[in-house]
Amino acid sequence: MSGRIYRYLAVVVAVIACVLLYAGKRVGWYEDLMFPTWLSILVCILIAASMLWILYRTIKGKPAERRIVFLYVGIAVSLPLLMTISLHVPISSEGQLLYDGMKKLQPGSKVLVSFDYDPPSAPELQPMAVAFIRYCFEHDIKVIIMGLWPQGPQQANLALAKILAEPEIKAKNLVYGVDYVNLGFQSGNEFVIQRMGSDFKSMFPTDYRGTPYDSLPLVRNITNYSGIDYSFNLSAGYPGTREWVLIAVDRFGLILGAGNTAVQTTGMYPYVRSGQLKGILGGMSGAAEIEELTGRLGKGAQFMVAQSFGHMVMVVFIVIGNVAYFLHERKKKRT
Amino acid sequence: MDGVIMHHVALWTAAFLTLGIISFLYRDNAWYKFCEAVFIGISAGYWFVSYFWDNLYGKLWLGIFPTDPTQPPDYILLIGGALGVMMLLRLIPKIGWLSRWPLAFIVGATAGLNLIIYFASNVMVQVEDTIRPLFGANYAASAYDIVGNIVVAVGTFTALIYFFFSKEHKGAFGGAAKVGIFVLMVTFGASFGYTVMSRISLLLGRIDFLMGDWLGVIK
Repeated sequence: MSGRIYRYLAVVVAVIACVLLYAGKRVGWYEDLMFPTWLSILVCILIAASMLWILYRTIKGKPAERRIVFLYVGIAVSLPLLMTISLHVPISSEGQLLYDGMKKLQPGSKVLVSFDYDPPSAPELQPMAVAFIRYCFEHDIKVIIMGLWPQGPQQANLALAKILAEPEIKAKNLVYGVDYVNLGFQSGNEFVIQRMGSDFKSMFPTDYRGTPYDSLPLVRNITNYSGIDYSFNLSAGYPGTREWVLIAVDRFGLILGAGNTAVQTTGMYPYVRSGQLKGILGGMSGAAEIEELTGRLGKGAQFMVAQSFGHMVMVVFIVIGNVAYFLHERKKKRT
Repeated sequence: MDGVIMHHVALWTAAFLTLGIISFLYRDNAWYKFCEAVFIGISAGYWFVSYFWDNLYGKLWLGIFPTDPTQPPDYILLIGGALGVMMLLRLIPKIGWLSRWPLAFIVGATAGLNLIIYFASNVMVQVEDTIRPLFGANYAASAYDIVGNIVVAVGTFTALIYFFFSKEHKGAFGGAAKVGIFVLMVTFGASFGYTVMSRISLLLGRIDFLMGDWLGVIK
């Protein structure tokens, strides 16, 4: 059989497997496919052994092609989601600083949460949003939500739906407009932050649902940042944490903590050191940190295991790549 | 019933598009190109609709013709509207030069705002933080903080020396520039490490969707 037929066959088999899994879950053939511990260990050993085999082949002058690397990264990230392995995430000083700021908030304090991200960044930032808002609700802290990215307030609604469905939060009978409010998206980037320094209402004449600002008991008496006790920014780029620090913190004195995607976290650390930012959560590890600090493990902690496996595989492939490079260089010198 | 069917259709469509984009890792193919085109088209449409309802209708139209009779019309918005129309005049070559005015307004306003805030927050505060007392106020800093302060001060100083090109990088000056390169490499390494972490997180998000929401093999 030719290679093309093999490829078509592989696609057909994959589609049939997906249909069976999809139907099986709905019909109730299985609950979930979590590996027992012995199988998890066996899978890890097999992956390690196969990578050693790749290293051996590389030394023998037969380097693996790039698709093998992609496949291994995919496997390393997927399989741990099926394993019953937990990972302790050490708390960074920046994460602890943020949590210390949260702990100072009294019941009834008003917190402004800006959702400045969209679905692609949700794996890192959504667990932070869920953990932070849940903490606020558990401690009777009022939450005011807004977004400088169009899809931010929708992400906030997803987080709210998840938290409000939890029995202990449900028992609190939280009321929209009194205990929490979603002011929605406002375009204008840093100019929105600037204008909010003098007049919240001018930027959010209505909330996400179209309710007039003055009809919302939680915010009707808030005119500017002086009515906010603490602010938390979830940022995936521009506009985001940098703009909040430069304008809301330095010009208007807002107290700000932040949760950032890993890719931009390094750029924000100087603001923590200088005290402009009261703590930061960076990427998936940051999400796992706040879950650990607030005592409710969720997606962040679950994903950290998969991410750590992914990193280990990448480190091994970097070593293999260097071995291949130096062997190639040595061969070139000899000839 | 319709809602349930739509839920299944949405899940399969999302899975189809996710796998289509991932298929590029094997090689470029028609499935990937289709998914890419769908993504670009929907993104452009989404942004257009979002800004139309938020800016043109929500701010400009409702600002000038408010639905609330107690609210007075805000005619100053007409200036912004006129500048917006002028921006589009670049589509008519004969009077395209008019589009420079709104551009000049945007550049001027942004530069005016950013000049002050960047200088105050990014320059002054950061410089002040870099040259803080190495041993802390009243020598109260811990050993960890002292080492950190020294690393920051030396790192900043040597990195600045590396970017000083008016003197040849030789002798002690060259040595300091080399330390500066080392500091820059460490910075880029940390930044790259975080970037890898971020990209793996994106992959994790899609795998969580495929294995959780779609196939339901994980909780």
